Amino acid sequence: MKLYCLSGHPTLPCNVLKFKSTTIMLDCGLDTTSVLNFLPLPLVHSPRLSKLPGWVSKDGSANLEKELKECAGRVFVDSQPEFCLPERELLDLSTIDVILISNYHCMMALPYITEHTGFTGTVYATEPTLTIGRLFMEELVNFMERVPKAQSATCWKNKEMQRMLPGPLKDVVDVWAWKRSYSIQEVNSALSKVQLVGYSQKVELFGAVQVSPLSSGYSLGSSNWIIQSHHEKVSYVSGSSLLTTHPQPMDQSSLKNSDVLILTGLTQMPTANPDGMLGEFCSNLAMTIRAGGNVLVPCYSSGVIYDLLECLYQFIDSANLGTTPFYFISPVANSSLEFSQIFAEWLCHNKQSKVYLPEPPFPHAELIQTNKLKHYPSIHGDFSSEFRQPCVVFTGHPSLRFGDVVHFMELWGKSSINTIIFTEPDFSYLDALAPYQPLAMKCVYCPIDTRLNFHQVSKLLKEVQPLHVVCPEQRCSVLNLPHRRRYERIYILPELANSLVPSEIKPGVSLATVSAVLHSKDNKHTLQSVPKPPPVAPSKKRKRVLEEPPAVLAPKTLLSGAVPLEAFLATLQKHGFTEVKVEETADGHILHLQAEDTLIQLEEDGTHIVCDNNEPLRTTLRDLVLRFLQKL
Amino acid sequence: MPEIKVTPLGAGQDVGRSCILVSIGGKNIMLDCGMHMGYNDDRRFPDFSYITQNGRLTEFLDCVIISHFHLDHCGALPFMSEMVGYDGPIYMTHPTKAICPILLEDFRKITVDKKGETNFFTSQMIKDCMKKVVPLNLHQTVQVDDELEIKAYYAGHVLGAAMVQIKVGSESVVYTGDYNMTPDRHLGAAWIDKCRPDVLISESTYATTIRDSKRCRERDFLKKVHESIERGGKVLIPVFALGRAQELCILLETFWERMNLKAPIYFSTGLTEKANHYYKLFITWTNQKIRKTFVQRNMFEFKHIKAFDRSYADNPGPMVVFATPGMLHAGQSLQIFKKWAGHEKNMVIMPGYCVQGTIGHKILNGQRKLELEGRSTLEVKLQVEYMSFSAHADAKGIMQLIRMAEPRNVLLVHGEAVKMEFLKGKIEQEFSIDCHMPANGETATVQTNPSVPVDISLNLLKREMALGGPLPDPKRPRTMHGTLIMKDNSLKLVSSEQALKDLGLNEHQLRFTCRVQLQDQSPEQETLSRVYTHLKSVLKGFSVQLLPDGTVMVESILIKVSSSPEDPDSKTLLLSWSYQDEDLGSFLSSLLKKGLPAALC
Repeated sequence: MKLYCLSGHPTLPCNVLKFKSTTIMLDCGLDTTSVLNFLPLPLVHSPRLSKLPGWVSKDGSANLEKELKECAGRVFVDSQPEFCLPERELLDLSTIDVILISNYHCMMALPYITEHTGFTGTVYATEPTLTIGRLFMEELVNFMERVPKAQSATCWKNKEMQRMLPGPLKDVVDVWAWKRSYSIQEVNSALSKVQLVGYSQKVELFGAVQVSPLSSGYSLGSSNWIIQSHHEKVSYVSGSSLLTTHPQPMDQSSLKNSDVLILTGLTQMPTANPDGMLGEFCSNLAMTIRAGGNVLVPCYSSGVIYDLLECLYQFIDSANLGTTPFYFISPVANSSLEFSQIFAEWLCHNKQSKVYLPEPPFPHAELIQTNKLKHYPSIHGDFSSEFRQPCVVFTGHPSLRFGDVVHFMELWGKSSINTIIFTEPDFSYLDALAPYQPLAMKCVYCPIDTRLNFHQVSKLLKEVQPLHVVCPEQRCSVLNLPHRRRYERIYILPELANSLVPSEIKPGVSLATVSAVLHSKDNKHTLQSVPKPPPVAPSKKRKRVLEEPPAVLAPKTLLSGAVPLEAFLATLQKHGFTEVKVEETADGHILHLQAEDTLIQLEEDGTHIVCDNNEPLRTTLRDLVLRFLQKL
Repeated sequence: MPEIKVTPLGAGQDVGRSCILVSIGGKNIMLDCGMHMGYNDDRRFPDFSYITQNGRLTEFLDCVIISHFHLDHCGALPFMSEMVGYDGPIYMTHPTKAICPILLEDFRKITVDKKGETNFFTSQMIKDCMKKVVPLNLHQTVQVDDELEIKAYYAGHVLGAAMVQIKVGSESVVYTGDYNMTPDRHLGAAWIDKCRPDVLISESTYATTIRDSKRCRERDFLKKVHESIERGGKVLIPVFALGRAQELCILLETFWERMNLKAPIYFSTGLTEKANHYYKLFITWTNQKIRKTFVQRNMFEFKHIKAFDRSYADNPGPMVVFATPGMLHAGQSLQIFKKWAGHEKNMVIMPGYCVQGTIGHKILNGQRKLELEGRSTLEVKLQVEYMSFSAHADAKGIMQLIRMAEPRNVLLVHGEAVKMEFLKGKIEQEFSIDCHMPANGETATVQTNPSVPVDISLNLLKREMALGGPLPDPKRPRTMHGTLIMKDNSLKLVSSEQALKDLGLNEHQLRFTCRVQLQDQSPEQETLSRVYTHLKSVLKGFSVQLLPDGTVMVESILIKVSSSPEDPDSKTLLLSWSYQDEDLGSFLSSLLKKGLPAALC
């Protein structure tokens, strides 16, 4: 069992597990932190960004002013943002049999893998994961395609050049593997390879292993995976949460008795308590609005935003924010809000029971109905005419490099009455803000990361008690998992099973010798009775048959036990061997059957019969000896 | 030999009060718990005294599974769980769990409040009963206990309808509930994988029907409604609040839109809006098309269909009314029917199956004079039309499902005996498998022949597979040999050597040495080489060696030659072999006894 680690990002993993005869990719995360090295993509022409000075090294030897721009002491690439793909050289990705997705954040690299590596397998994901993952991809493509950039910067990637650049550009690795966003065709093609699964559904892979998703409590449809055969169990824990938010709670008990537990996607904000952050979020929001300022919340279009809206739903009236407009701007805002209401099966118990009434599970339905929350596909169109300030805007992308958020940064950044509140933990907020400096706007950092923290992990491990825990972390590393397989499941067909004769050799332990034909098909093994030889040909040919030597590979039966002298003598007596002379030796006895001129040497661990070529006599004696022995 | 027993308490050669008991691998499961629309007495509910004469059912049943929310499948549930007594788990899908209590409450109201019956379950009992429900997701494997597992498949029939696979060890049963093999306007088609159950319990409502294409039926339906409206007539469509009603609503809604019709369409009872809301929230259970477009346009928000008020029935002019219940056996549909039955211009369209004993069944059979409660009679003058919109599988669909699941036996329920008989013959002929159709209270027994799962040591398996080569050779089957250790309920198959080691047993060597007398004049050395040549020519495929120390070795059998000093012509061959080479050893001794062939040289 081997584990290949293809991503260096702690919460956007991409690992490959080789187990039995299968090659399984666990998650397909896309490391988006690379985009922080790029200039933002403005929706409308930004004089500020276009006037940024180009970068020239101090001694003037390197001139990349077309590709690199300087802003507040940092250098950014002026090009369409690029993403850091999972490692593709470590192993042949076309050999991947299946890809298991744990949540919609961890599938964003899927089109790169399924479309460009010769992948021919199947991707497994839950229905909400697929639906929301698709929304995320569509949103990403939309963000990129609506502001096309003619230029594609590559000169800075030259090793010689890169060495001269200031940090952090100087230190980024594998820049040639960075890729632009995929197209919508690639998204559709990639997602057509997804097969939907439900929690606790058992999926057979080539008869060799069985995989099954379990609720992980982190997001809608998020799952951990069990990969098991009859004798081995590997748990893949990725992005799990023990907190009570909107998704179905984490299924911990099914992780028990794992031989290996692969642990990824732990919280990146172990010190930030999500509840506390939520409170801080609300109070900062209210404070800014009361002072007449606007609030910008850069966020993903699904996930924590549902919790934020729910929190605000309870908070709005008590904080006197009833008249403040809340805007949610994203090409997929409407879909995200609508879809969230139809996945009752995947929600926590509280929300689930609402649909029985029938009421929509999330209160944002009511916010929309009462016109407190409005959603728009982009800042263009209806939004520009209906837009009122002061307001609260939820929009993406949280990296602040593309999407409608760029526009609001330019619009509100210069005034100190406005506030930007970061809630997504994926990006360092200082890095995110860097190309907008100098900035007058207030910045509040309330990262809400509900994934497992160290304390919760140790509690979880105590609870489920895996034999081994593996935490892949280094990109491009290969781990040999410490597990040896010793048994495999085999099925004995009823006919054979009925013919077995068990005998008890110790209290509670029985043995039966099995001679059978092994059939292996689709990694399933069965044992069948040995087919009876074809009926012996008529007597004419009988002689010939006798002369036929036995089959070369006849089964070898072992014997166990000992032949007790007294009992054996009695048996001999009973069968007409009366003249027996017993002689004691160092290791046992020698029995001399005088009438038959035969010696039987009895020892603790062996019996030797020496006789003339008298086959009936020999077989009789053989069978008498065998009476005392156990066949194995 | 293990067996699976199936006993219908209801729906055995009948439609109504579906309730089937299954015993499999020591587990007892009740499939559905329905009521019969055709009866108002004890026969309304399944006869639970079959399970036990006195007391509660909890200890006799491991679980109860409800396939969908129609009352003939869940109508007796509160009676069973609260009045007879059952506290174990009841499994149903989320939509069924949501809608079932509403229909039960409706049913209760009609029976108790309108008909004034006593000794019936109460609202509280419905609530208590629903507390015992465990929701089931599609394809999720639910472990009822350590041995019993169940899995739901999409059945299509109504929102949330499911087929269930019940599995204990390697034995399994699939119960279809009601299902539909063709997608309709709002639901998808039933699907199951090739799970090869021992028994497939299938409904057979339309066992003998092969229905024409859906499009034709829809066109027919719209034409009839349209003609009646044009004539100024009123059209009554008795439906069940959820299910077919939504499909027909979608159909009429689009037709009204396209034809720009103005006649009002009403939907009776307060359930409409609520029902449509359920469809909205459980949209993942509808068909692909509705799911894809729901963000832009929700199919269940109707523009032309309005809520019905009792007073509207007397309004002049044409109208279409969907009213519940669907078999005209009670409630609003029956009231409206009584009002409209006297006019030839009006029409009633029965879009689904009607159980014997209901007014729906009577008028469909051409009865024109109905006796009502209170000895009055009702003359039926309005047009009666029947259109099969029931989302049941037809004969073709049932055969299709059998082909999909590949069961070893089929058992038919939920159909009429005569029709079942016909289908049974067809199934047995086409698939050459047994088909059963027990009546209520009758038990069908199916023998199963499960394989025994055993853990084989990987070493042994790999060794065997390496020896056996990549492809099996049917002409020379390889026999593998091993020892099965049975200990603490575990079965392990290991090599004999391993078994000795694992169990701490000593090996006992059994050897044989045989003296064979030969008459041969040549010196010992030559005799030996003649023996060698002879054996070499006879034993093809064996390893035969002439060792320098004066022995011939065949596999591990040793052969030595000695001559007695008195008679140099008489030689003694000593054959020595261990018990493991018994066959070969025995063969050699008889072979050599016959002497050596004449010297060739």
